[in-house]
Amino acid sequence: MRVSRHWRNKLFRYRLVGWRCVSCGAFHYSKPLVCKRCGSREFREVELPKTGKILAYTMVKIAPKDFKDKAPYLVGLVELDDGTKILGQLTDFTKEELKEGARVEAVLRKIREDGENGIIEYGFKFRPEIRRPPQARA
Amino acid sequence: MVKLNGVAIQGYGGYVPRYRIKAEEIGRLWGRERQELPIEEKAIAGLDEDSVTMAVEAARIAIRRAGIDPKRIGAIHVGSESKPYAVKPTGTIVAEAIGAGQNILAADLEFACKAGTEAIQLITGLVESGRIEYGLAIGTDTAQGRPGDALEYTAASGAAALLIGRMTDEAVASIEAWNSYVTDTPDFWRREGENYPSHAARFTGQPAYFKHILGSINELLNGDGYSIKDIDHFIFHQPNVKFPLAVAKALRLEREKVSAGLISGFLGNPYSATSLLGLVKVLDEARPGDLILLASFGSGAGSDAYILRVLDGIVEKRDRAPKLKDFIERKIYIDYASYARFRGKLRLR
Amino acid sequence: MVEAALKALDDSGLSRVNSIYVGNMAGEFLQEQAHLGAIIAEDLGMVGTPAYRVEAANASGAAAIHAGALEIASGRADAVLVIGGEKLSDGLIEEVSSALLMGERQEYEGFMGADFYSINALLYKLYMRRYGVEDDLIAVFPMLSHKHAKGVAHAQYPFEVSLEKILSSPYISEPLRRFEVSGVGDGAAAIVLIGEELKSKIKTPKTELYISSATDFMTPFEREDPLRFQSLGVAVNKVLDEAKVDRGDVDLIEVHDATSIMAAISLESSGFAEPGESGRLAMRGEFDLGGRLPYNTFGGLKARGNPFGATGVYQVVELHLQLTGRAGKNQVDSPKVGMAQSLGGVGATAIVTLLKAV
Repeated sequence: MRVSRHWRNKLFRYRLVGWRCVSCGAFHYSKPLVCKRCGSREFREVELPKTGKILAYTMVKIAPKDFKDKAPYLVGLVELDDGTKILGQLTDFTKEELKEGARVEAVLRKIREDGENGIIEYGFKFRPEIRRPPQARA
Repeated sequence: MVKLNGVAIQGYGGYVPRYRIKAEEIGRLWGRERQELPIEEKAIAGLDEDSVTMAVEAARIAIRRAGIDPKRIGAIHVGSESKPYAVKPTGTIVAEAIGAGQNILAADLEFACKAGTEAIQLITGLVESGRIEYGLAIGTDTAQGRPGDALEYTAASGAAALLIGRMTDEAVASIEAWNSYVTDTPDFWRREGENYPSHAARFTGQPAYFKHILGSINELLNGDGYSIKDIDHFIFHQPNVKFPLAVAKALRLEREKVSAGLISGFLGNPYSATSLLGLVKVLDEARPGDLILLASFGSGAGSDAYILRVLDGIVEKRDRAPKLKDFIERKIYIDYASYARFRGKLRLR
Repeated sequence: MVEAALKALDDSGLSRVNSIYVGNMAGEFLQEQAHLGAIIAEDLGMVGTPAYRVEAANASGAAAIHAGALEIASGRADAVLVIGGEKLSDGLIEEVSSALLMGERQEYEGFMGADFYSINALLYKLYMRRYGVEDDLIAVFPMLSHKHAKGVAHAQYPFEVSLEKILSSPYISEPLRRFEVSGVGDGAAAIVLIGEELKSKIKTPKTELYISSATDFMTPFEREDPLRFQSLGVAVNKVLDEAKVDRGDVDLIEVHDATSIMAAISLESSGFAEPGESGRLAMRGEFDLGGRLPYNTFGGLKARGNPFGATGVYQVVELHLQLTGRAGKNQVDSPKVGMAQSLGGVGATAIVTLLKAV
């Protein structure tokens, strides 16, 4: 059962909230004790930007067990607007929209189910960014 | 009729998925001619979507428009008849996904297609009494139609959310009055454990839809209520295209007063979200000062009717987030095979 | 594993060892079996001998060698048996893929469904884009591995496969194709490590072993350069330093070609080719059996096979056969120094073994 594993990761999976090293800025998706990059011990909680662009993508045809009935699906390497590089599935793309450099935004989707009776694991995926008209700032 | 004081919509949001299936494509399987089809096409949730993900989407848009810190939301009511869990609230998942706090009320509602609109009444009560600052009323569904049944052409997916709070200068619209009209009328239902709903065909018309919608509206239009000529937009629940137009005809409404709120022809009927999506579409286009009458219908049966007055705040807030047409326009057509897969009609085990 | 171990023990002439190290990656998942050390000791009739399993994803075999070598080097043991083994065919393809995914962060890549193959596919695309090369200059590596596996008795696929066949095989994760990744195989390999004490007493041909290791960030995209296996570069430099040889002295190399793109990046990360150039060198025959630097002389991971935990030991056994002149028709001409590279995950672990002829 993946209940506790999913539950303790939901901040990151639902809202892209993680931890940044105060010294070097390295992003950690779960609360670290030691920075993986510089060894520092101080962190601050951050919510990553929800928009970015595709650096590279691939279509998974032969998938691991939990994703077998979801295949084929797209996995993308996305650079968020603050420079953070993140992996995530791509969804709702047409063939024409799917290209390197395409703008994307994070949305909540079903990632997988923990078997027929288990919980549904929700998490972020990236879809083509929907342009909204420039707004007048109050 | 209940008259409200100082309660307003501060943010609103609507979402429909990208995928569309033409009624013609469904008709192809069951040997139906074009003229027998009740709508043109409908919106369908993708393989990775459900009523929860769509509720979150609509809620995020409503919050973006409202421009408030989600920690100030005191209650979240989600209405749906296609919850992914029979037991486990959608409201708590929505709450965490939008970054709300923990000292909040989160309860799911069910009343067929009117569960979304009745969430509004509960939220307005909490706001007006001063118990909460802001509340979210959401209607969301990935409606299921039995393969081959008439409802298969129209059962669709979508979600809409209203962020409701006290009246301020930035408010989008005031909620002035509401009325709910319910009876025990078994026009459409789904027994525990059944995949698809059942319905009583023609019985869903006069004794159900029309009786209750006209019943709830009449309360608002009679006596010291509102007069039809003052109302600029009428939005009715839309199980198809014919029914809302028939109500319009019965009330002798000019076409322009109903057209803005019509969505079923090209989106289908996403049950708890339908009338709210009609409202979202109207709000995307309405002018400050416009008076709106919204009447939903839920089988079983009942109707919630609201009078809303559009305010100046809508002009600025409207553009803060994607409009419904941004979602309507982004279409990907799918065939019946993909539709069956997306909607879980294929037996994978 | 018992079979391979008995062969190694026979070859060494020893019937007892001080310790046993077992390299295995997926036994707990595919066979629901842990505690392989004690089990193997019992199955070898060596109850009492200290034994335990070592794991470093696909580099588990090399990690077991590393553990064994350290015990010898510390002087606490004179003879150590190292066995690598894996039985992947007990799993369905999607289960093997899940097993491989355990070499990545389960709560990150695992949760996204960004499995080992799709990470490789992303690297593949970044590689092609940066160096302006087409996929043939990457697919050349599985072709080369197959060329060398032709007729090899212990190879899983002892036949040639053309570049065309590779480039027309179906995608696993586009653009990575099925014939560019190692298959699902079973196997075991074993070596006996001895210290100075026993050197004169053992009659069979020997080679001198040096081994070094390093780690890198788990996710390639968080590394300074995702197209460089820093771990491999560091481990290679360390082992060359310890063995007091130069890169140019290396006569043959066993590369971790779990995927075609990992082969290309490995050669470039360890300084045996300039960045982006490995494919061109391969096309020119530089890595052929008769070339400047013979590569995967019995077929490597792709053609000899990649039973995860066994692989690292297979590589060293093959180097040993080459350096002691027992490689049969695959014999490279008088090699003195051989290098084996074993990677865990997509380069998060690198363990490099260097053998010198004595």
